[in-house]
Amino acid sequence: MAQLALVIDLNVCVGCHACVTSCKEWNTAGAAGPMTDQSAYDKDPTGTFFNRVQTYEAGTFPNTETIHFPKSCLHCEDPPCVPVCPTGASYKRKEDGIVLVDYDKCIGCKYCSWACPYGAREFDEEQKVMKKCTLCVDRIYDLNKPEEERLPACVMSCPTSARLFGDVHDPESDVSIAIRERAGYQLMPEWSTHPANHYLPRRKTTMNIHQDELIRADNPLKKEGLLSDLPSDKQTLDETTSW
Amino acid sequence: MHPAFSVIFLTTLIGAGQGLFLALFTGQVYSLLDFIPAQDHQTFYGLGSFLALFLMAGGLIASFFHLGHPERAWRSMAMWRTSWLSREVIVLPIFMFFLALYGLIHYMQWTQPLFHLSASIPVDASLLVGFVATFVALVLFVCTGMIYACLKFLQEWHSPLTVLNFTLLGSASGFTLATVFAAYTAPDLLAFYLNWALILTVLAAVGRGASLLRNAKLRGRSTPQTAIGVRHTKVVQKSQGSMGGSFNTREFFHGKSELVVRNMRTLFLLLVFPLPIAFLLIGQANDSAVVLVAAFVLQYVGLIAERWFFFAEAKHPQNLYYQQIS
Repeated sequence: MAQLALVIDLNVCVGCHACVTSCKEWNTAGAAGPMTDQSAYDKDPTGTFFNRVQTYEAGTFPNTETIHFPKSCLHCEDPPCVPVCPTGASYKRKEDGIVLVDYDKCIGCKYCSWACPYGAREFDEEQKVMKKCTLCVDRIYDLNKPEEERLPACVMSCPTSARLFGDVHDPESDVSIAIRERAGYQLMPEWSTHPANHYLPRRKTTMNIHQDELIRADNPLKKEGLLSDLPSDKQTLDETTSW
Repeated sequence: MHPAFSVIFLTTLIGAGQGLFLALFTGQVYSLLDFIPAQDHQTFYGLGSFLALFLMAGGLIASFFHLGHPERAWRSMAMWRTSWLSREVIVLPIFMFFLALYGLIHYMQWTQPLFHLSASIPVDASLLVGFVATFVALVLFVCTGMIYACLKFLQEWHSPLTVLNFTLLGSASGFTLATVFAAYTAPDLLAFYLNWALILTVLAAVGRGASLLRNAKLRGRSTPQTAIGVRHTKVVQKSQGSMGGSFNTREFFHGKSELVVRNMRTLFLLLVFPLPIAFLLIGQANDSAVVLVAAFVLQYVGLIAERWFFFAEAKHPQNLYYQQIS
């Protein structure tokens, strides 16, 4: 069975929040909407989001590295949020592995959010139901859209192409190849939730130069460094020798 | 976790209600075997059951305040195969039904023996219903406890001690209430219930103490490193992606200082265990029902503090993602 998922490349994410705003824009207007806000233009603005970009720092100044970290529902292959739901409003689709909430069945008991170690579910304070990333299920199957636009809104909007989307169960899909060849990993593997979403690690392009590459073993003059300038009236070796 | 008062009242009220019923039925079985004097069906068993039913109804009403859509609450019976919450939603009304039936049988005095066991023990309808209700009450304790104990990454809750403590604390408060009830309606059972209340309170103290010791030694399995998958000894959050907080910051943080949490622990350790024991003993020695009432009130207030602390001490791994606003 297919398992649709996102693969997020932390190496190129610049933390611009374009995925956050495009997610909110699409989903607040789409089938999963509205995603309500409270005191949006006032003190302590808050609201419902499917996707957030967080920023972390590894290391101690001045040797630090900034990591921008987009986080949404990971569509776990073994989702702990689904079996705890008392009404069956939370479910994982068999055909594509997307974890969804049926807003008409949700009683707003918030138990599923307790059962998610990633904090991926957010309760809508106005509609009083639990909300979460749908992988833009209303976009990716929309036959009215051109095929290249049948992608989650966050993937469409990412200016650095840090977000890949595809079937992680198909070994030849772009996402599977990215996970396989670029060391894709899962969050909090200690809980055996088997998240479908993967992250690609940050990598630095470095060059290793060894000492014997700087001092050439085959240097014919056995002397390193710049040669001293010859006086202009003296002949150079090139001019006297035919080699 | 953020302690929600709806859930605190639900768990403490139904715990006391189940405990009171268990106390009443224990008394009936003891009197059947002639260990203690038999009591009046109407004023003792009947009214006692209705008091327990009143507590259960209070808990049930409190639980509705936890729901975003209480009008859809009936849907929560659907997933009993996988969800402990669903199981609790089913078992709670079943228990209330048998409790009401038990009370009604006593109150209406439909207690003519149906048959005799070993020629000397009369078995009536209340005894049969009582046995069923006892079983259901214990199942309800398990369901309530397992709602919390089954969440494996809430390590403070993920322990058989959670189920044990819900059972023992509920039973202790129920037997303390039965002692008070006996002081007014059946004084010759006072010592019987008082001794059971003392035993259960001591057992609950041992169980809760064990879970406190266990939780003090817990180390979180999730770290900032596993949360974002970056291998470095020092990983700190600089921004959680919102400035005004979110559901994640409201639902999973108790929002009180460490001092408040510590004081709450001291408070409940005093109010649930030593003070009720002292008040029960003083009340018995002085033959004072008011002191016994105080014992129950103190213990119940202590249980509210205990349940508050139960939520506050649980550290959800999602909190690793919500450490910093910038």
